[in-house]
Amino acid sequence: MTQINRNAVAIHAPIISNKRVGQYNQLIIDIGDLSRLCKPGNFVAIKLGGQSSNMILRRAFAISRTSSSATFGGTMELIVAPYGQGSTWLCAQSEGVVLDLILPLGTAFGIPTEPVKVLLVGGGYGSAPLFGLAEVLYARGCRVDMLLGASTGAKIYAPMEGKRSVNSLRIHTEDGSMGQMGRVTDPIGALINDLDIGVIYSCGPMAMLAAIDAITKDSNVLHQCAVEEAMACGVGICMTCVVPVTDGTGAVSMLRSCIDGPVMDGARVAWDKVGKTL
Amino acid sequence: MTSVDFSTTLGNAWFASPVFTASGCASSGRELAQFFPLRDIGGVVTKSVMSRPRTGRPTPRMAETPSGMLNSIGLQGPGIDAFIAKDIPYLIEEKARIIVSIAGETIEEYSTVARKLRSVAGISAIEVNISCPNVENRGLVFACDPDASRRVIDGVKRTVGGELPIIAKLSPDVTDLVSIARGVVDAGADALALINTVLGMAINLETMRPYLAGKTGGLSGPAIKPIAIRAVYQVHEALPKIPILGMGGIATAKDALEMIVAGASGVSIGTASFSNPTALITIATELKELLATKGFASLRDAIGFAHRSGQVD
Repeated sequence: MTQINRNAVAIHAPIISNKRVGQYNQLIIDIGDLSRLCKPGNFVAIKLGGQSSNMILRRAFAISRTSSSATFGGTMELIVAPYGQGSTWLCAQSEGVVLDLILPLGTAFGIPTEPVKVLLVGGGYGSAPLFGLAEVLYARGCRVDMLLGASTGAKIYAPMEGKRSVNSLRIHTEDGSMGQMGRVTDPIGALINDLDIGVIYSCGPMAMLAAIDAITKDSNVLHQCAVEEAMACGVGICMTCVVPVTDGTGAVSMLRSCIDGPVMDGARVAWDKVGKTL
Repeated sequence: MTSVDFSTTLGNAWFASPVFTASGCASSGRELAQFFPLRDIGGVVTKSVMSRPRTGRPTPRMAETPSGMLNSIGLQGPGIDAFIAKDIPYLIEEKARIIVSIAGETIEEYSTVARKLRSVAGISAIEVNISCPNVENRGLVFACDPDASRRVIDGVKRTVGGELPIIAKLSPDVTDLVSIARGVVDAGADALALINTVLGMAINLETMRPYLAGKTGGLSGPAIKPIAIRAVYQVHEALPKIPILGMGGIATAKDALEMIVAGASGVSIGTASFSNPTALITIATELKELLATKGFASLRDAIGFAHRSGQVD
């Protein structure tokens, strides 16, 4: 029986810094020792808009990175695009503002016990958590290659310091304004062979994840993906964020992406049934 | 501190606290149990269970709206057999009081599910959900049809007998709620649950289509609270002896007290738990204090107070 992340707790925590990075905001939040319990892939549910807000639901954000330092103690980093009403509010909050959080939530990316060659694929807003993941994989001795894509160059999130943990970084944009012109999924087939990839980690729109699965399903490459579905609660009680997943016998169940995800085995997601009646 | 008698009754079932989960907003109970002991609340109203496993509607199933949200789950669930085998024993082990919510596509299905529950120990009441808006055929919303409502409740009552209180959950999406309520009470309902979500829709202007895959959904949250208060008030006025489990947008102790003085014997907390998993505990604690502040020695004295003449401090 699955249950919510056993480390999840509700806390109030202050913003330590909030900086604009291109079209994104980088928020650093003081979460103390909880930082040790947050793994790449986990997310945080944040109450937004203050007491008088008409936004009644939390928003889920991927935890992009955590760190422990002598100065600040344990912190987590969020990379947020001021896109909707909730994320715009969050990006406008200044240092010292105390946030109402529930974390860590959801599953984490599996980290190989032996060094393997891995490819990290991020689409649009989805690339942020891949940099924290890259650090963990790199420290494990993995060769880490990264592939980022977006509709246009301004939506690519690729901080300078993030490049330290990757052996190569390729960028594809649909309008050709940065890197190669084309879809991020175009070069994956060739890269798997050229770089002898054992595991693909992906984060981005469902259509991108499905396209990666179509490439990996007849190969030995494992595909761990972070799915996204509209989510009301983040703690497993609303049943809105479901994804169709097959079990060993081929039966398909609607599993909650907040409990059984967001990180799922791409080969088990019934991609052709996403958004369809079972 | 406060010595308010907080207990309440729904039919012949007694509960130490009047604050319950709302059906479909607590999943199996295990998830909320990570935030508070389930025995500390009035009871867990389970997600409406049907005779067979059900996968529910496609995604997107959720759209947030001002002070509310639309959901379109479509009664996803394990089916009554797996529910009795796995979920009920867990809730009993946690010492939770249990109100099992049941649903059906046909009048017979309600009786079939109720029959399986009759012999299960540890259940305090059955909620008969005849008002889920997320069914393929709006004609299947029994609670919109006085005759169908009566027949469902009559069938469950014949099956269950007088052993377990039957709570009929009604929809606010009707012209004359009081007549529907009278009908189900005549058919044997011991209590009423008011209200289910309100049928709604939101359009995504990027796709120029409804946000929800199921197109329509049930609106919940503070946006519907005045509708719920009105419904409880009207029904309590017409049927003052019938206990009501009141719900619809309750997010604070003040909301809960409004519902109680309108005529509810207990309250269910649904959408508020989505943003605050400990909402039930906070609301119960503050409601007890609020009752004392208002001069009530017991919860029972406050039930339906808005209908009576008299003053409080």
